[in-house]
Amino acid sequence: MTHQKISMAQALNQALRDAMTADDSVLMFGEDVGALGGVFRITDGLTAEFGEDRCFDTPLAESGIVGMAIGLAMNGMRPVVEMQFDAFGYPAFEQIVSHVAKMRNRTRGRIALPMVIRMPYAGGIGGVEHHCDSSEGYYAHTPGLTVVAPSTVADAYTLLRRAIEWPDPVVFMEPKKLYWAKEEVDLTEPAPGIGTAVVRREGADATLIAYGPSVPVAMEAAEAAAAEGRELTVVDLRSVVPFDDETVCAAVRRTGRAVVVAEASGFASVSSEIVARVTERCFHSLAAPVRRVTGFDIPYPPPKLEKFQLPGVDRILDAVDDLQWEDS
Amino acid sequence: MTTVEEQLLPSKEPVRLIDQDGVLHDHSSYQLPTQQALVDGYVELIKGRRINDQASALVRQGRLAVYPSSHGQEACQVAASMVLADGDWLFPTYRDTVTIVSRGVDPIETLTLLRGDWHSGYDPYARNVAPQSTPLATQLTHAVGVAHAARLKGEDTVVMALCGDGATSEGDFHEALNFAAVFKAPVVFFVQNNGFAISVPLSKQTVAPSIAHKGIGYGVPGERADGNDLAGLLAVLGQAVDKARAGEGPQLVEAHTYRVQAHTNADDATRYRQDDEVTPWLAKDPIKRLEAYLSSAGLLSDDIKRRAEDAATRVAQQLRDGLMPEPSVDPEELFTHLYAVPTPQLAEQAAFLRDELAREEA
Repeated sequence: MTHQKISMAQALNQALRDAMTADDSVLMFGEDVGALGGVFRITDGLTAEFGEDRCFDTPLAESGIVGMAIGLAMNGMRPVVEMQFDAFGYPAFEQIVSHVAKMRNRTRGRIALPMVIRMPYAGGIGGVEHHCDSSEGYYAHTPGLTVVAPSTVADAYTLLRRAIEWPDPVVFMEPKKLYWAKEEVDLTEPAPGIGTAVVRREGADATLIAYGPSVPVAMEAAEAAAAEGRELTVVDLRSVVPFDDETVCAAVRRTGRAVVVAEASGFASVSSEIVARVTERCFHSLAAPVRRVTGFDIPYPPPKLEKFQLPGVDRILDAVDDLQWEDS
Repeated sequence: MTTVEEQLLPSKEPVRLIDQDGVLHDHSSYQLPTQQALVDGYVELIKGRRINDQASALVRQGRLAVYPSSHGQEACQVAASMVLADGDWLFPTYRDTVTIVSRGVDPIETLTLLRGDWHSGYDPYARNVAPQSTPLATQLTHAVGVAHAARLKGEDTVVMALCGDGATSEGDFHEALNFAAVFKAPVVFFVQNNGFAISVPLSKQTVAPSIAHKGIGYGVPGERADGNDLAGLLAVLGQAVDKARAGEGPQLVEAHTYRVQAHTNADDATRYRQDDEVTPWLAKDPIKRLEAYLSSAGLLSDDIKRRAEDAATRVAQQLRDGLMPEPSVDPEELFTHLYAVPTPQLAEQAAFLRDELAREEA
């Protein structure tokens, strides 16, 4: 069964199952992850297969979940915890910022915290308030964290396996609107690990830089641009931290123009960091300022209004059209 | 027959085996520790007091950035370490220098945080002592995780998790007790109620009958002890450790003590309390009363006194010798420990700082 058509949710489930089979110290816990299998069914069947000691429900308290994971990691375990939704992770913010991120540095490397904080994130699913935040910027801004966001079914599997084996804590952002999209995949195929961006599509005219839920939108925009005679490269970051300057800058230098696509509000964000990095490093290769297509600087809108917030194909194409083609 | 509720509630009065005049009191549930334990504890108290006072002096001499002293709380400090076995874990706060040293950690390494040459200086795995926690109560959930991991591995480890009265208002205190209870984690939560969270008295933190009463809300047995009576503390904490080790789940112990000095040298206690509030507590000093008891029981030989004084002199000398020289710091280290493998960006920034320093030297 090397080739199979599965969803991202199934790939994540398989990654957890394989990691727990490979290593007895891998534990999975959080809210509703036991009998229910998680509200998105990512942990489906794990308690039945591995028992209550390996995959279990906890009291409903995110700070406690992350704090307990820290202690388990200090004492030989590899905990994987689920924050049920992006915005439900905020009660754990102090634990993540003050301890998860700092423990290795504080103890000069003596305490390592190999743990994964899984976080279903971002919008596009018609979720009500507090269910659709793009919170990656908070974590990316915090030194000591590794921040990963897959955009494909195959990457969801590979990156979660790598995250669980990673020697340091990983905040694993799962784009929830991609949970159900199926792809034909071969999970046994080797794939690049954490810290490596990949070029999803080659095109000579401009580069779209995206991660997580924005990658399929960028790919769609590139298709549409090609139909209009403009060839776009699409770079999928895969991990926000560590950031792959090399792959991103190589693509921008080849094409001379770039647009960053991200769902999160643009102000003081991962997207603004990407623009700064690209501009600092590729200034002489650029034919136009780097543009951004991001969410507005507003709280994530209610379901009936979310379509106005999400970066879409048209906005991306408009941004590409604005890249001062008349001057070249 | 006692009800479940009665089993979870603390004693009517804080457990006290030796009163402030050094007089012994029988207790229906707790026995006096052995003579050897009391004598060893006395030596540790004398040493602990000297650590506090020498460290405070070193702040005034500019050798430590700050020192939150446990002066007057030494009985709590000493007891918390004495009741633990080698394989057990201790989760201390910033005010628990004495208990860390009492557990066998090098005093200079212990004071690294307060000296300011790194955030933590000792190897946590050498004596199973977690780094001192500054954000209140946040370490308590880590203690639950360490204890739960030990249970999963089939080890009989007990985890002693320390916090103060102010920390019991934090959400993490609540979450830690609740998680520990639900997972039956072998944690002893030991609250040193010294009456103040910097300037705020306990009456503004809680109106619960006592902090030990908070245990019942989580199904955790609570107990309270006179925090200046080493004998009572050893008995109560020792029993809590035994119960946790025997699989009875977490235990909550509150010690009633008093912060006779300011929060730190940077604090001015005259702004929020009167001296006459402090005076009665000076009479309840943990060292004086144990000394009085040991003397009356004929256990305080010249030999023991000399042993205590030698230990105190040695540790004070160790602190002065270790802390007087300016510590060497390495700016390269700022980038070394964030990740197992530094990110390319950190490698770049380390190179930047290296170049900047080289230019300054040139």
